[in-house]
Amino acid sequence: MTMQGYLRADGRKGIRNTVVIAYLVECAHHVAREVAMPFRDSDVHVIGFPGCYPNSYAETMMERLCTHPNVGAVLLVSLGCESFNKYKLAHLIRESGRAVHTIVIQSTGGTRKSIGEGQAFVAEQRAALDDMATVPMEASDLIIGTVCGGSDGTSGITGNPAAGRAFDLLVQQGAACIFEETGELIGCEHIMASRAITASLGLELEASVAKAAKYYATLGYGSFAAGNAEGGLTTIEEKSMGAYAKSGASPISGLIKPGDIPPRGGLYLLDVVPDGEVRFGFPNINDNAEIAELIACGSHAVLFVTGRGSVVGSAISPVIKICANPETYRRMADDMDVNAGRILEGAGTLDEVGREIRDVVLNLAAGGRTKSEELGHQEFVLTYKTFAPIGPACLPGG
Amino acid sequence: MAQEDTLDPGTDPRLLLLDDRDNVLVVRARLCAGETVQVSGGAVSVAADVPLGHKIARRDIMPGTKIFKYGAPIGSTTTLIRTGEHAHVHNIKSDYTPTYSLEGEAARYGEAP
Repeated sequence: MTMQGYLRADGRKGIRNTVVIAYLVECAHHVAREVAMPFRDSDVHVIGFPGCYPNSYAETMMERLCTHPNVGAVLLVSLGCESFNKYKLAHLIRESGRAVHTIVIQSTGGTRKSIGEGQAFVAEQRAALDDMATVPMEASDLIIGTVCGGSDGTSGITGNPAAGRAFDLLVQQGAACIFEETGELIGCEHIMASRAITASLGLELEASVAKAAKYYATLGYGSFAAGNAEGGLTTIEEKSMGAYAKSGASPISGLIKPGDIPPRGGLYLLDVVPDGEVRFGFPNINDNAEIAELIACGSHAVLFVTGRGSVVGSAISPVIKICANPETYRRMADDMDVNAGRILEGAGTLDEVGREIRDVVLNLAAGGRTKSEELGHQEFVLTYKTFAPIGPACLPGG
Repeated sequence: MAQEDTLDPGTDPRLLLLDDRDNVLVVRARLCAGETVQVSGGAVSVAADVPLGHKIARRDIMPGTKIFKYGAPIGSTTTLIRTGEHAHVHNIKSDYTPTYSLEGEAARYGEAP
């Protein structure tokens, strides 16, 4: 297996060469979707921010996503009167060495003309990117995220610890690995803090979980859906213990927030719960909001462990589906990349499935594609949030 | 948290003990109503189906007791749970935030058509 990537001006390498179409307010979403329609099988993905009013978190997310190593060119679609700073976003994309074009629907003359202009740009960029040469790539060039969704009583026994074993292997090979959802680490904060590479980082890890517990207590609900209970999970603490297993056993090298890119290889916790008073509702309204944040932190691909059977993928980065429940796997095999549930039936070990997951990851840079990519999944969600920058103790070693 | 399979002596192999400190066992193949299973050396009759991934009590657990799974506390009992009984949202609560479930709603409104 030879890993190949697309070299970007900042030195990072992508495993995909996607054209992104980004709407800057919901009012421009339809035009963006129509521009993408003829290109649905050729790596053209739609992302966007629906809000009309400014939000620095959303602007940072859009900047990181539009300059992600898996992205080759960007079309911005503006209605014209929304607050999003399209000038700054277009400037940053151009500075990153990527082609960018902005359509302002009100100036272009409406829906039909905007779709035509957008499709011409996308066709031209698609052709140019398809001719781009690749360069050799290694595991140490990769950033990999992990998330669990549609969890059940099997997730914490098979899929999540197997993903943790894959993380251990990838970290050993020099990759940066990111786990997240501090709201699903409630009850695990002390054991997690003991794995931090410095004591002051350990305190930051504990503080991030305390913040999540307070935030969810104000909302009155945990990060826990009805299907989790139907699948045998009884409490948020139980779900947390299972989710924590995704982190594996490596030392924890840092704590980052959405849009922060790990500076080097190692294991990182992504703090996804907003800072300050509860303002915009749930920290993440669904799994895809978490996946978008992992990708904004530079994740080339995301490991998604599911017990109940999620089907989602994502715009920009491939999502590898790891099915923890053998009954779900038999029912939904078309959507699943890895059958971790077989461990429960004595047909594999955590180490074997961990190695299999690692190999699926590396193969994504050698021609491999995920089930969700083949099925055309390109989910994307971005909502309002507020974050303060990380403190100096969060990334020891600078 | 190695979570390798552990067999509990005197317990049906379909029931997984994740840690010696645990007072619940995880069901790794559905238990069906009416069958008899071995739990901690005794025979227990299964009252209603217990699906894959759910938990049953490893021993009698008094009300107000911490439930341990993976060797860690995951909540507290709200009522007595007998050995072999289904241990879930009807007899365990979170010590952090309440659990939201749709338990009973299908019976109340009928299955979604």
